[in-house]
Amino acid sequence: MAGNKGRGRAAYTFNIEAVGFSRGEKLPDVVLKPPPLFPDTDYKPVPLKTGEGEDYVLALKQELRETMKRMPYFVETPEEKQDIERYSKRYMKVYKEEWIPDWRRLPRELMPRKKCKKAGPKSKKAKNTDKDTSLTNTADVLKKIEELEKRGDGEKSDEENEEKEGSKEKSKEGDDEDEDDAADQEEYDEEEQEEENDYINSYFEDGDDFGADSDDNMDEATY
Amino acid sequence: MTQAEIKLCSLLLQEHFGEIVEKIGVHLVRTGSQPLRVIAHDTGTSLDQVKKALCVLIQHNLVIHRVHKRGVVEYEAQCSRVLRMLRYPRYIYTAKTLYSDTGELLVEELLLNGKMTMSAVVKKVADRLTETMEDGKTMDYAEVSNTFVRLADTHFVQRCPVVPATENSEPGPPPPAPTLVISEKDMYLVPKLSLIGKGKRRRSSDEDATGEPKAKRPKHTSDNKEPIPDDGIYWQANLDRFHQHFRDQAIVSAVANRMDQTSSEIVRTMLRMSEITTSSSAPFTQPLSSNEIFRSLPVGYNISKQVLDQYLTLLADDPLEFVGKSGDSGGGMYVINLHKALGCLATASLESVVQERFGSRCARIFRLVLQKKHLEQKQVEDFAMIPAKEAKDMLYKMLSENFISLQEIPKTPDHAPSRTFYLYTVNIPSAARMLLHRCYKAATRKVSEGRSHHCIHAGHGCRGGPAAGDRGDDHSP
Repeated sequence: MAGNKGRGRAAYTFNIEAVGFSRGEKLPDVVLKPPPLFPDTDYKPVPLKTGEGEDYVLALKQELRETMKRMPYFVETPEEKQDIERYSKRYMKVYKEEWIPDWRRLPRELMPRKKCKKAGPKSKKAKNTDKDTSLTNTADVLKKIEELEKRGDGEKSDEENEEKEGSKEKSKEGDDEDEDDAADQEEYDEEEQEEENDYINSYFEDGDDFGADSDDNMDEATY
Repeated sequence: MTQAEIKLCSLLLQEHFGEIVEKIGVHLVRTGSQPLRVIAHDTGTSLDQVKKALCVLIQHNLVIHRVHKRGVVEYEAQCSRVLRMLRYPRYIYTAKTLYSDTGELLVEELLLNGKMTMSAVVKKVADRLTETMEDGKTMDYAEVSNTFVRLADTHFVQRCPVVPATENSEPGPPPPAPTLVISEKDMYLVPKLSLIGKGKRRRSSDEDATGEPKAKRPKHTSDNKEPIPDDGIYWQANLDRFHQHFRDQAIVSAVANRMDQTSSEIVRTMLRMSEITTSSSAPFTQPLSSNEIFRSLPVGYNISKQVLDQYLTLLADDPLEFVGKSGDSGGGMYVINLHKALGCLATASLESVVQERFGSRCARIFRLVLQKKHLEQKQVEDFAMIPAKEAKDMLYKMLSENFISLQEIPKTPDHAPSRTFYLYTVNIPSAARMLLHRCYKAATRKVSEGRSHHCIHAGHGCRGGPAAGDRGDDHSP
């Protein structure tokens, strides 16, 4: 933009005297570098308030920080599984109380969905009757699937299974969510149904020990 | 929420609840209300962990859930509530000064656990107190209950909203999440419990204070199968009431500094009488008559009625206007102007910050602009009696740090700079907010420093920084 350079000499658009410079005076140098990172301060900060109250509050803070780490609300990040489980690890676990929230006050979707075979303490203590019916329902459904497997193909029972899950879930809008949930959590059942090979699922009976064993015996060599 | 506040939230959550909860919490603070699946997808954490984290956050009143249309449950974080975690030690210390050790432990347990039933917290505190007592002595539940009732009566603890008892009255599916409600009159109602018992001392073989490794541990240390009498009635610490207490303390100490001990006692009495009747955000307390104040003065103070009247007149005539006279019945009706008092305190903090940061001449200019509201540059130099160049320099320094702002008043419609007045002014709320933001930044630095260097003064640093900036923190209206 040409601006007013052509007409008349450099004329400031504002009253230069208001800023404090008189006309014709040498303007201060242009600063070409950024201000220093740690400029000197003429005035040092006031010292911290100390006293009995402040000391007590400080000690409380230290103590609170330690206590928080031992509470059940402190959620530890799960460690990556090492290739060989060390024997000593089992004996170095720090004991933490388990905390079970009051499920009546929380949205239903926050409840952890365990696989029906491992009916853990959480699902037993659930006061939500819906959860109970869906559990028993899944057990029924599995029986039905086994029966159907003897008759027809796995995919049909798959649909039926999902339908049953969907219809029993009472909130219609949560249908999609819950079906996906059920699909995710009950991988075991789906795998069983979707196996497309020549073996009929009911032919091979799982031994009593299948799935019931925990992984505690990993340190024993398996042949 | 500013970036500094979000960073501070993140540090506090990480310190108290671990990384997973921190990730979820910060995400909610940043993005507002979100449903469960979106949170899991955006943060990249597994659904299980998100659920656990949300349970923890809801338990501690940091996140609330709401059912939206079409049955979707959304979770919203309360950023200001997360920042209050900085003040937990102060709340606990306040409870200690008011209700001694029992009150202190009650408030501590409630803050650490978010929500608890009365029976659970009384039992836990009795156990803790018993451990600190001498051998053979135990703490009775009744004593702890009494302290709890007193805390509830003075509104320091309040009931959490409850699940409404619908009793299958509505047909159709139950909602995906309960809508919790609480009515005003129920909030401080203590259930009639007969808690009988004494605190139990833990046997020394079971103690695990330092988290030493134990090979086998029983799953439940004390598994009571009896039904809990007050099941479903949860209590939480009422942080607003603590803030009100801090505010009262600040006003009383300000009056003590400005006038004398007796006037501060009178103001303290007036505030105590209005504790329950006035809401925490009211601009002034309910009017109190001089006779009532005289009757409610603490027992040790024996000043005559006339002297009290004189003090009240003096307080009402003070230019700071902490106390105002609203009528003449009952020997004179007096109110405490809460908002005005807090404004004065904030202004005093600002002045002291300017003085400590820039020097007393700058402070003089600052107080001048505060008093005269709007001043031109020439007028500033004249009134402050400071040479032009220095005055200019100081004004620009304060302007660059946003303590002072410029107000433009154009003479002509085209806003030509040569024909515009530029007036310096102080915008108190904006300057106070700027100071508060600085405090949060300082707190962030201290907390993260404390984590990496185990520095003793971690978290304590922001207290003394900009002088009494903390008060601006508590009381900016």
